Amino acid sequence: MAGSSLLAILAADPSQLLPAREQMAFTLGFHILLVPFGVAFTFLMMLANYRALRHHDDDALLLAQRWSKVAAVLFAVGAVSGTVLSFEMGLLWPRLMGRFGAAYGIPFAVEGIFFFLEAIFIAIYVYGWKRLRPWRHFWTGLPVVLAGIGGTASVVAANSWMNLPGGFTLRNGRVTDVKPLAVFFNRAFWYENVHMLLAAYVVAAFLVAGVYAAAMLKGRRDRYHRLGFLLPFVVGAVVMPFQIVVGDFVAREAFHNEPAKFAAIELLPHTRTHAPEVLGGIIIDGKVRFGLPIPSGASLLAGFDPGTRIRGLDTLPAADRAPTSIVHLSFDVMVATAFLLLGLVLWFAVGWWRRRDIPGGRWFLRAAAVAGVVAVVCLEAGWVVTEVGRQPWIVHGLLRTRDAVTTSGNVWAFLAGTLVIFTVVGVAAALVLRGMTQRWRSDREADISVPYGPDLPLEVAAGARTRDGSAHEGSAR
Amino acid sequence: MSDVAAVVLFTGIALYAVFGGADFGAGFWDLTAGGAERGREPRALIDQSIGPVWEANHVWLIYCLVVLWTGFPTAFASIMETLYVPIGLAAFGIVLRGAGFAFRRVSVRTPVQRTYGAAFALSSVVTPFFLGAVAGGVASGRVPTNGPSRAVSSWVEPTSMLGGTLAVVVCAYLAAVFLVADSRRRQRPDMERYFRRRALASGAAAGVIAIGGIFVLHDDARRLFDRLTGPALALVIVSGVCGLAALVALQRASPPALRVLAVGAVAGVVGGWGVAQYPYLLGTHLRIDQAAAPDATLWSLLVVFALAAVLCLPSLAWLYVLQQRGAFDQESG
Repeated sequence: MAGSSLLAILAADPSQLLPAREQMAFTLGFHILLVPFGVAFTFLMMLANYRALRHHDDDALLLAQRWSKVAAVLFAVGAVSGTVLSFEMGLLWPRLMGRFGAAYGIPFAVEGIFFFLEAIFIAIYVYGWKRLRPWRHFWTGLPVVLAGIGGTASVVAANSWMNLPGGFTLRNGRVTDVKPLAVFFNRAFWYENVHMLLAAYVVAAFLVAGVYAAAMLKGRRDRYHRLGFLLPFVVGAVVMPFQIVVGDFVAREAFHNEPAKFAAIELLPHTRTHAPEVLGGIIIDGKVRFGLPIPSGASLLAGFDPGTRIRGLDTLPAADRAPTSIVHLSFDVMVATAFLLLGLVLWFAVGWWRRRDIPGGRWFLRAAAVAGVVAVVCLEAGWVVTEVGRQPWIVHGLLRTRDAVTTSGNVWAFLAGTLVIFTVVGVAAALVLRGMTQRWRSDREADISVPYGPDLPLEVAAGARTRDGSAHEGSAR
Repeated sequence: MSDVAAVVLFTGIALYAVFGGADFGAGFWDLTAGGAERGREPRALIDQSIGPVWEANHVWLIYCLVVLWTGFPTAFASIMETLYVPIGLAAFGIVLRGAGFAFRRVSVRTPVQRTYGAAFALSSVVTPFFLGAVAGGVASGRVPTNGPSRAVSSWVEPTSMLGGTLAVVVCAYLAAVFLVADSRRRQRPDMERYFRRRALASGAAAGVIAIGGIFVLHDDARRLFDRLTGPALALVIVSGVCGLAALVALQRASPPALRVLAVGAVAGVVGGWGVAQYPYLLGTHLRIDQAAAPDATLWSLLVVFALAAVLCLPSLAWLYVLQQRGAFDQESG
């Protein structure tokens, strides 16, 4: 296998394939970082808002207001990076869209509704703090959270359709007899969806909690920061065990429905019973190397019985195998990071059970501060498993990625431009958010006392630029 | 059935041209507002009037893409494979514009604001140019269905240049009229005068370019010319009359009336383009019914469209009403 034949395969691929894949991976990997903020962070914001109104909690109110500003900035970035993804569907994979758009496009059309609703209501919510009555304002946030769930469902429906395409007939290469509901609710729809939705909540919860954990490490341990930590962390702590259970279920569904992917996940060269669960390790010339095998582990996990037969890579022609080691290692990274997060949750649970408080000592806070990054690694690794694990297919069994790619233009140039622009936007977003938090820190005393009053830091935020304008406006009114 | 889907598609394009176009145009006036000191007030007004709505307006673009690739997949693939240069550049422009705008409003220091503002404003001019060029390439029948061969000649040509230029100027005109209406609502006579001058100038420029465009199309895209002066003539006239009426009425008309006239001017052009293409989607080689997806897919698009009309349009209307009533005004961030 190795070098020479790999080169032969590469040489046979269209020259656009490599940059197109790199570009898709990069932009998807970028966009997926923003997804938890649109989907789940808005839920945290609503939770803080609810607490503020129900318990007249000014700290919670301030958190909700600030989180809504952060959500607005990140939603804007997500909206435009998502737009680029839509363009790339055609620019990079025109043959995917041309051949399968009639089926594959349907979930995206549905997604359009949710994106629309989210864009409308996030604007009303973010801009409506002052003039809308508090509870009415609160309820304008609800469609944002619901649209996040619906939007995730639609996009994941499209992705799960690529893994298990259905709901149409292929006649002379043309899509016919489309059954829109069967396209949308394809066989992988439910498990992929729940898994991704929970992942979004885990990532958002631990990232936000991590920000406040870091602040507490720097000595800011007042009620505001404790609440900013506890609220998201508890959400993450509640979701995490469910995610582990769901993840286990998803792996079993992959075993039943996507045997090729599962063989790669389990690093299994030959079909067998008593298949070991290999921790780490790679495959070289068809042999597993460097891994730590747990005897019969994979068979037990897949069928609750060591006699469970698992299909190996040998059931697939060489040309139909995914990059096995990448899929396997990504799977291991995903599982390992998920259990690290579960461990952190247990640590917190024990501390809370014993002392009704956040576990003391700096090590818990340190761990909590990096938990968000760990969750991001987990999320990205999970996506590598499902995307790379589907290769060489873009639509499983029907269209190879290399046959879907564009044949026109120099994709390397497009990729270079994308790398530059997205890097700049990403760095700028980080700087902007940091600037916002720094201003909040210095202005904290001023605006803590005026719930639903003028938002001082943001007056400052819009800056010298608008101050004259608003003064003028005030006098005119 | 496929004709209905085509109407849905062109409705989306018209809505994006109107609402997205006005936001692009606001960026044009932001770009030309002068230095930080001189441009402060117009920029503040622009910021306030597009801040809450630009993302919702932007969704119409996604809507168009989705309807095109789901309803007319082969046409979508051909357009993307042929016109990838202007489309790719427009995608970059959209990223820079959205990010620049969002970042500027939460930044404090002038140099930082200027950087983000420049990204926003420059890309607000560049993006509609490329989108207009794409429209020109499609409208003049330069997108082949069998493979890509015209990466450059499909859009570096007279009709695309006309489309791009007209898009930029019409966006600017639309934004200026909207901003006049907005200034009036906010009782800002100074800003009203400021944008009225610009509306007149850009309206006049759009008129000149449109008239010049007649000759360009006559030479470069004969079928388009014939159809625009034939079956689509009524819409072209509606567009021209609305555009002129909006300029004449700038002094006195109520803000809603002004907006309706400006919208009529832009929607007329897009509608005229659609009628001129009929029954073809690409040149004279791909008919709408040939490009269309199976009926079940088109039906699901219509259901989605109806759902959007029921769910999104009232919400969108509420957003606009809240904005028009000044519900977002004091909030400057």
